[in-house]
Amino acid sequence: MNTKPRIAIHKFASCDGCQLAFLNLGETLLELAALVDIMHFAEAGPVDPDAPVDIAFVEGSITSREDLSRIQRVRANSRYLITIGACATAGGLQALRNLADGHGWLAAVYAHPEYIDALATSTPIARHVKVDLELWGCPVNGRQVLAAVRALLNGVPPVEENEKVCMACKRNQTVCVLVTKGAACMGPVTRTGCGAICPRFGRDCYACYGPAENINAAPLSRRFAGLGLLPDAIARRFLSMNAAAPAFLAAAGKDGHD
Amino acid sequence: MTDTREIRIEVPVLARVEGEASLQLRARAGRIEELKLRIFEPPRLFEKFLEGRDYYEVPDMVARICGICPVAYQMSAVHALESLFGVDPGPWVRAQRRVLYCGEWLQSHSLHIHMLALPDFLRTGSVIGLAEKFPEEVRRGLRLQQLGNDLIRLYGGRSVHPVGVRVGGFHLAPPAADVSALLARLRAGVPDAEALLAWTTTLALPADEQGFTSVALRHPAEYPMNEGRIVSDRGLDIDRAGFEGRFAERHEAGSTALFCHLDGEPYLVGPLARVNLNVDRLPSTVRSVLDRAGLHFPSRNMYHSIVARAAEIVVALHEAIRLLSGYRRPEAACVPVEARAGTAYGCTEAPRGLLWHRYDTTADGRVMSARIVPPTSQNQARMEEDLRQSLEAYGLAHSDAELRWRGETVIRNYDPCISCATHFLDLRVERFG
Repeated sequence: MNTKPRIAIHKFASCDGCQLAFLNLGETLLELAALVDIMHFAEAGPVDPDAPVDIAFVEGSITSREDLSRIQRVRANSRYLITIGACATAGGLQALRNLADGHGWLAAVYAHPEYIDALATSTPIARHVKVDLELWGCPVNGRQVLAAVRALLNGVPPVEENEKVCMACKRNQTVCVLVTKGAACMGPVTRTGCGAICPRFGRDCYACYGPAENINAAPLSRRFAGLGLLPDAIARRFLSMNAAAPAFLAAAGKDGHD
Repeated sequence: MTDTREIRIEVPVLARVEGEASLQLRARAGRIEELKLRIFEPPRLFEKFLEGRDYYEVPDMVARICGICPVAYQMSAVHALESLFGVDPGPWVRAQRRVLYCGEWLQSHSLHIHMLALPDFLRTGSVIGLAEKFPEEVRRGLRLQQLGNDLIRLYGGRSVHPVGVRVGGFHLAPPAADVSALLARLRAGVPDAEALLAWTTTLALPADEQGFTSVALRHPAEYPMNEGRIVSDRGLDIDRAGFEGRFAERHEAGSTALFCHLDGEPYLVGPLARVNLNVDRLPSTVRSVLDRAGLHFPSRNMYHSIVARAAEIVVALHEAIRLLSGYRRPEAACVPVEARAGTAYGCTEAPRGLLWHRYDTTADGRVMSARIVPPTSQNQARMEEDLRQSLEAYGLAHSDAELRWRGETVIRNYDPCISCATHFLDLRVERFG
């Protein structure tokens, strides 16, 4: 009897970049394929979207009526559901439409908005179904997805990485760009996991990994104001790839409606 | 034998299960009466949320349009904004951006050849099946993909949505030690790339000649990436600012990718179009491999796209090696930028073809409006035309499964950004008569 764990990778509204965390694994991808049965991964070939699986990885946010029902089917067929990336976990950049007139935007981009099945909002997966683990990041990387797979295959709870980018910078011995350059760095409120690459490149973190645990956004916003950023520019620092994350919406002075 | 038969084929994409494309086909007496290809990606409305953003936010935002070719989006954006602002980042930045683009071509083309196209031509179902039959060839492909990813990582910290590009140059110049370590691996990769090209020339590809217009950039001296005029093999020769005068997008029912036409006609962008228009810019090593195989470009056979893609892998590797040899780390990786009001035009060669951007900005560099024309919308009308010709030439008497496979193969051949790569055509056939 075949007892290999079964996994699936589903895509919703996204850039496909998080699925590359698998496709860029190189030979490890072939090893992974030997350890698990990949039932559904349209980009890599296997297509069986309704197969029951042990782990479903979900990329992308919910932006259409069709996807509202599709995510229910994915949940029903999966023992564990893991969101990968900013779109699935926090709505993605496209969740900026939640703060504007989403239908008006559609009409501005498309000559015939009536042709398109689109909701006025872009919402994270957890708004619709139970999510067992959220992997943050725009994009997530191979280390994150492999760690999740390994933990679940070994029957241990995955470790949530929720400390601030600042901690990673200190460990990397990266010079602080906020202190030394006056860059409007989002590191103090942003979740680690990327390796703190932006400060390593001498630039401001732009919060693509979403809010860290228990953030203290107001003092950072005041610091940005001290650097000369106007209120609108400060709000935009929080409203980017994780535009539907409640902690960032609150920091930007939005009430988190969707 | 099909004279009296009416075939009605509907291919409603496991509709939106992977929700990205559908093919509807109605045929009578061996001829296709109606064929509609519809690409449905849930719309994300990028052009709208760029409005009101500062120019320096644009490179990180537009990267998110495509996880497979984020560098292309960054390149079209920074070139557009720099040309409006009158900024010249100088020869060092120019060369390094070309190397960065080489990295994206390497990773994207390697991924497409091995994960999407070859499983079609070798009938292995997927890359996993391909790896069982051709383990060494797949490993070689993964190595080339890795080299591309590592090149992008050199300039941007990660290969998907790299963080190093800015208007005016780069945030950081790669350390010389990192460059020389990677340079050694790039040199060691040349035999892999050349072997891959030679292998693609031996594939039993269908001989299906079609008439179509190729469109690509053309540069006075180089194989085109970041610079050049927009040209076609039917006399088009315009500046990137002239794009909207000749190219127009139409919105068809059921599709979120718009259909772009040149003077009202379908056209091709991407590796085959680039090679067709720039065959004299290919390195001699590439041309001699093609000559030995008896393959002549310009080619009218769309299936030669895979050979063109492999040829560009060799081009990209040679270019990266040439440009990184003698690398010196400059004092500054970027030049100062002062914003200006006006209209910015950018056009570069994404792995999948021409990627055109337009931004209208205020005097302090805020984006007022943006327009982005990606390669997939440019190729969509050509894909429809190709499907019609290919499936008729193939013969509509073939079984449903064969027709579906052939249709998918035709679509994947365009590498229509991986999400729309149609590993999903769910075929329902009704036969009458």
